[in-house]
Amino acid sequence: MHGRPRKDPRPKDDAAKAAHLRELQAQLLHNHRNRTYTKEALASCSKLLEINPEVYTAWNYRKLSLQHNLDGVDDPDALKSAIEDELRVVEIALRTNPKSYAAWYHRKWVLGRRLMPVEFEREFRLLDLLLNADQRNFHGWNYRRFVAKLKNVPEEEELKFTKKMIDTNFSNYSAWHNRSALLSHLLTKKSQGFDSKKNTLTEEYELVHDALFTDQSDQSGWFYHLWLLDQTVCLDDPQLISSWPTHKSDLILSESNKIDGCQLFPSSNSRSFSLLHTGTFPIILYFNKAVKNIDSSTVIVSSVFVTNEDLNWRPLSTNNSGEACCWVTFLTVPEENCSSSTSYPVEVCLDRYKDIVSSDVSDCKNPSKFTFTVAFRGHSLEQTSKESVEENVVWKYVDICNPQESPCLMSFDQLSINEDHAEEGFKWNLQTLSNEIELFREFNDEDSKFVKLTLARLLVAHDLMVPNGSHNHIKTHSGEVLTLYDDLMKLDPSHKRYYEDEQSVVLMDQLTSDKDSLTKHCWQFDEPTSSSFHCQYCLWLNELSLTRIGSVKNILWVQMLDLSHNKLRSVEGLEALQLLACLNLSNNQISSFTALEPLKLLSSLRVLDVSFNMIGAHAIDTTRYLCSSPLSHTLDAKQLNVGYEKENTEVRDHWEVTSLFRALRLTQLDIKGNAVLNEKFSVLAIELLPSLKWLDGKRVR
Amino acid sequence: MGGLEEEKHARYIVSVEKKKDDFEALVIEHLRMNGAYWGLTTLDLLNKIGAIDVDAVVSWVMECQDKDCGGFAGNLGHDPHLLYTISAVQILALLDRLDVLDIEKVSDYVAGLQNEDGSFSGDMWGEIDTRFSYCAICCLSLLGRLSKINVEKAVNFIVSCKNLDGGFGSIPGGESHAGQIFCCVGALAITGSLHHVDRDLLGWWLCERQCKDGGLNGRPEKLADVCYSWWVLSSLIMIDRVHWIDKEKLTRFILNCQDKDNGGISDRPDNAVDVFHTYFGVAGLSLMEYPGLKTIDPAYALPVDVVNRIFFRK
Repeated sequence: MHGRPRKDPRPKDDAAKAAHLRELQAQLLHNHRNRTYTKEALASCSKLLEINPEVYTAWNYRKLSLQHNLDGVDDPDALKSAIEDELRVVEIALRTNPKSYAAWYHRKWVLGRRLMPVEFEREFRLLDLLLNADQRNFHGWNYRRFVAKLKNVPEEEELKFTKKMIDTNFSNYSAWHNRSALLSHLLTKKSQGFDSKKNTLTEEYELVHDALFTDQSDQSGWFYHLWLLDQTVCLDDPQLISSWPTHKSDLILSESNKIDGCQLFPSSNSRSFSLLHTGTFPIILYFNKAVKNIDSSTVIVSSVFVTNEDLNWRPLSTNNSGEACCWVTFLTVPEENCSSSTSYPVEVCLDRYKDIVSSDVSDCKNPSKFTFTVAFRGHSLEQTSKESVEENVVWKYVDICNPQESPCLMSFDQLSINEDHAEEGFKWNLQTLSNEIELFREFNDEDSKFVKLTLARLLVAHDLMVPNGSHNHIKTHSGEVLTLYDDLMKLDPSHKRYYEDEQSVVLMDQLTSDKDSLTKHCWQFDEPTSSSFHCQYCLWLNELSLTRIGSVKNILWVQMLDLSHNKLRSVEGLEALQLLACLNLSNNQISSFTALEPLKLLSSLRVLDVSFNMIGAHAIDTTRYLCSSPLSHTLDAKQLNVGYEKENTEVRDHWEVTSLFRALRLTQLDIKGNAVLNEKFSVLAIELLPSLKWLDGKRVR
Repeated sequence: MGGLEEEKHARYIVSVEKKKDDFEALVIEHLRMNGAYWGLTTLDLLNKIGAIDVDAVVSWVMECQDKDCGGFAGNLGHDPHLLYTISAVQILALLDRLDVLDIEKVSDYVAGLQNEDGSFSGDMWGEIDTRFSYCAICCLSLLGRLSKINVEKAVNFIVSCKNLDGGFGSIPGGESHAGQIFCCVGALAITGSLHHVDRDLLGWWLCERQCKDGGLNGRPEKLADVCYSWWVLSSLIMIDRVHWIDKEKLTRFILNCQDKDNGGISDRPDNAVDVFHTYFGVAGLSLMEYPGLKTIDPAYALPVDVVNRIFFRK
């Protein structure tokens, strides 16, 4: 079916060929049905397989015939002869089609029967023949692995074979793939000669450099280099890298925000964070990689408010893997009996850290702990009404009330929560990265996309590895990286949106890691009529051409976030922002409700603006399998139907919005400017969101 | 260059269905069940399935079922295999005739092919391949019988075929290949297990399949081929990274592979056409929202309205 020219110059003796093939196929099916396993029948089958090795039934027939004819036979000559025939038929078939799944499997099956000792010489000769003819024949490589295992060939031997193939021709992705798999295994086993990962990787870097600089356009070496980089950067142990509340901060819970101006906190203390007292507040743990087993036995929270064992930790992920980078628990704080002048300490200790594991089964190596205090303000006898009449939240720029009070300062003051890792441990890694960076900077004047891309990745990796103990450390490479991605967009426009995404992550990181730049984007929301949201801490990240949200580890304190007028297609990453109450995503490129799945985890979210996006404008939903739905067996279809029976509205037309809105407790929604919006939709939205008071600027309740 | 020759492709498919006697047709006679699925799904995507004699198709499909084990063969007289069982079930789903099946019997056949390590054999002879994991999982899911297998083990086996470049092979250690990647990503999507995929790493490997001519290849340093418009594209869509390729260039490549005189699409421009590539070309265009085509689901490889009908039927 592949590679045949449309106007085939071959002569038309098709009729004769067709007749012959039809005859052979008919004979095969006939003999198979009648279980005829004579020499003539088998010979006919052999002829068929020579012409058409894809007729899988013919191979099945041969297996049955072998079983039948050798049943009770002990004579080694008879066995040898029968097996010879089978191996021969496979060899002939492979001549016709060296990529025939059925032919290769038949050989495996025959040898696997162990009727005779395997003639390894012969097998390796066949493999050499086929792999030399086509070094990328993955059937051959798979079969080679099979034979090597049968013969108990040590992995070091096979490693040498990959080197031989690579030396013959650098452009051999299959050989590089095998090499990486073997090395990976040998390093894990810490086999003799492979107990030093550093030495092995250093040698591999040398090997791949030869390949890369022989032919820069060949992809194989570059993918291998990426794997080496991964191994160099890989911070195996999961670490706690951020939290909210932050270490040594003072949380002040206020009964109400009904105070003119934003003066809820003492002006001199930049470690304070003011929060409306709603009875609970979250404790957020942010790791550098997804972990599991965060529960009250691995994390000990000591406070007067609640018994540790009563705390429930949940992973902030949109899948049901039980793993997440970010975990949250909610501490219940009583409303009476709290003296206004006392500060109550809370300590969070990751005690049984060894049980905290990431999916590559590496465990937390260091215990971590952080402490903060909780105080109260505005103790009143009457309950303030929590559901007071809210005005419509309008997103407008407000002046910074007092830039010194920005909560962003706190994320830098938290220092490393855990002990600084000994720089010793990373000395080789950092040195290697520096060497690679120098090397690729030298070659960067050429217009090679892979050189630029690799250099950008190296710089990002280097920044990642530099310990963040020094909170004033500025990531010096971000500028260079952003420029490299600009270059790449011009050099390789087909992949422009890949480079935009990578650039966005770096940009976001740059903005939120630098104290000065972050301060410029912080505001306090000054709207006394909106009692719920007055004086919340806001972050304005609009009009930055962001296509993707990077790490939010430095902005876990955010209560109002404006991401409008960007190019966001997804909101992955926002699920960690457990304090987020108001979110503006207007004028972006969100194209489905399923893309908003992460918002289901934001229990504090009340105000959402997704106006002027593309929801309903696309037939293809690219997040259809990344959300909970009956299609992926992660949601029961019946659940979508509960309590909602309106004629003319079938569940299947609205399952995405039903699933999303049921999980949100919005008081305000802006959705105009999306193709999905119409009369029916508005009715549906109001019904699915019982707390909703404002829809597109109009009061609905 | 022009657009998609919908009429011509529809006529080509109908004509192929009838041409059973020439050499090219005989060589692929044993996989007619796949061919029927490719042809019928393409007709539905082109909104031209109305002319099909549904009863005749259903009757032939059922004749290919092995009465003892319940699996389906590629054609009359051939042996049952997962590859043809999935196509049979997909055809019946497409035509909304799943009711003719003894669902327990078919699903028992499929479930019975799962091995201890979670992998699936294609048939009683024991060949293991992640393609068969996809066939089994897709099939059982459409029949609503996924619970008959050990899903966790099935997922674990697929994950064991994940490579260091983020892709997947046919068996543990097997080189990453777009076809295998589709099967693994599809199976993980259907079982709600996409969190096992490193979407950025795999997404980049997949987007690098786009060649200078705009077409997609199946692995590094290989030629572009229309069938990868499906394998690569659907994988990218399932992991939400399809924006990393240039869709306009790919669309032009696919349209260039059409035989504008006789209908049908080939693997590369000016090569011989066949139903296989016609289906993958049209399906690829559907994934890119080409105007006039029905939308196809990237995991189940069936039109979205068919999939929704099955999973959201009251």
